[in-house]
Amino acid sequence: MITLENVSKTYGAETTIGPVSFEIPAGGVTALVGPNGAGKSTVLTMMGRLQEVDSGTITVNGRDITGTSSRELAKTLAILRQENHFITRLTVRQLVGFGRYPYSRGRITVEDEKYISEAIDFLNLTAYENRYLDQLSGGQRQRAYVAMVLAQDTDYVLLDEPLNNLDMQHSVQMMKQLRRTADVLGRTVVIVMHDINFAAAYADQIVAMNDGRVSTVGTPAEIMRPDVLQGIFHTPFEVVDGPAGPLAVYY
Amino acid sequence: MTSAHTSTQAPGPAADPALRRDPMARAADGDDRFCWVPPVPVRRPKTRWQRTWPLLVGGLITLAVVVTSLFVGVYDVVNAEGGWAMFQTTRVPRTVSLVLAGSAMAMAGLVMQLMTQNRFVEPTTTGTTEWAGLGLLITLILFPGAPLMVRMVGAIVFALVGTLVFFLFLRRVTLKSSLIVPIVGIMLGAVVGAASTFLALETDMLQQVGQWFNGSFTSVVGSRYLPMWATLVVLVAVFVIADRFTVAGLGKDIATNVGLNYTAVVFTGVTMVALVTGVTTVVIGSLPFLGLVVPNLVSMVRGDDLRSNLPWVCMVGVWIVGVCDILARVVIAPFEVPVSVILGIVGAGVFVFLLVRRRRGA
Repeated sequence: MITLENVSKTYGAETTIGPVSFEIPAGGVTALVGPNGAGKSTVLTMMGRLQEVDSGTITVNGRDITGTSSRELAKTLAILRQENHFITRLTVRQLVGFGRYPYSRGRITVEDEKYISEAIDFLNLTAYENRYLDQLSGGQRQRAYVAMVLAQDTDYVLLDEPLNNLDMQHSVQMMKQLRRTADVLGRTVVIVMHDINFAAAYADQIVAMNDGRVSTVGTPAEIMRPDVLQGIFHTPFEVVDGPAGPLAVYY
Repeated sequence: MTSAHTSTQAPGPAADPALRRDPMARAADGDDRFCWVPPVPVRRPKTRWQRTWPLLVGGLITLAVVVTSLFVGVYDVVNAEGGWAMFQTTRVPRTVSLVLAGSAMAMAGLVMQLMTQNRFVEPTTTGTTEWAGLGLLITLILFPGAPLMVRMVGAIVFALVGTLVFFLFLRRVTLKSSLIVPIVGIMLGAVVGAASTFLALETDMLQQVGQWFNGSFTSVVGSRYLPMWATLVVLVAVFVIADRFTVAGLGKDIATNVGLNYTAVVFTGVTMVALVTGVTTVVIGSLPFLGLVVPNLVSMVRGDDLRSNLPWVCMVGVWIVGVCDILARVVIAPFEVPVSVILGIVGAGVFVFLLVRRRRGA
């Protein structure tokens, strides 16, 4: 379980995120949704200790992340940001191998190889494992990054807008794979996303944020109501019954 | 996983070659679980021999360069009288320092590129070399006749401070596009170089400054080259912690995610680069483009696994410096041109080639 208590962060004089308090239960998929600038990504990166918390506490499995060594935390929690450009020319397998860094410090063992192969197979990248990242399509590359954080074998997997830059087909595949990550591998998946319909279709819990605060926390059924959605996104909503649950219509 | 695949919705892979080629297409065609099993086993790790023989060939080429360097020059060390003594006082120091400088500066370029996440960065495009030169000059002004060791410390300290200034500057620059970073570095270097020239003019040391900034192995005789061995220590250290540099090269976020102390690694890398650059600048002078060209060439051919690339970066550095120095000895024999002149021409050529190749999206 990840617990946030009165967590806040201030940028400059005007922008303040928080204080926010909520819990992410162990297991399942939690989606962080909200309009641009609501503070979703900031909260996620604070949970992943990529940004420091100004005040308040974040605990992962009962341990305060500011008091836990980064190396230890890397075995419990993995975080992937949305922009991942680097100059290093790596193959998929080499990249995924870095997910094992917290365990082997770069000297890949036979056991590491097993985890790496499993993560690659899980994201259907087996055929591409020896390709360089710059030879892959955007969707394949995104899956390679996710494979890297899965190889890290952590209880929690935090992803910042993993659907960014993916077309519909690849977005659906990515969400299915993340759903399977929670269901088959038993990981707790936390995703920042824009598309409320994607969130409702794949998440178990939705945390909605607004102007730096958490406005609503609930199951998709509780969130997918016109008044609730209007309050979150500041635009008129209709909710219709789709073939697989409610659909928000806002076009 | 395989059993979940339903072939009723999508045509079998054999029926449609287009689908067999692209597993993504099958997923799009209703294969709900998106399962795809490759038709042939793809995991064929290279055998030990497959991994070793290119290194052996590379080693042989390096050996050839070294032997050529030992025997090429105006003085005939084989037949003439006193040839052996000459061999010991000039050729051996020259060749050893050439090997050390070539591999160390190429490696320094690679480390800088990983720390800045920029392919066009190396000690001469970040101002590190110019700072080292300024340090050397100031040491000489403050302590005239200072021993080599003191001068070297001055150069290293300034190189370190200068490189840190560059990194702090980079933090504030929001435009991190690949060419802005070296432009900033070259500008900083030019400013520092101008300050050095002014200082040298005021203190009548312009001639010496010119000498240092033109890297040359000509004056490396007797025991003058011994400080170069310090670069070997740094080289070994880089080999030991290579993986940290590779992880840091993936950026602060990914490095932190896997539990690496990013700032500490960057500081370690910068210190190592400053050490190597300081020593090399004092003993030999600037070796332009070397740190830029070598890592790019190696990565183009082999990808970027730092641990297995390091021997190659070192060897290719030795080849390029070695061949350029041998050329420098023979083009206007019995005189010599500074190796940095030849290196500048060769390096600029390769640099332009890299730029053009990149533009084409390769």
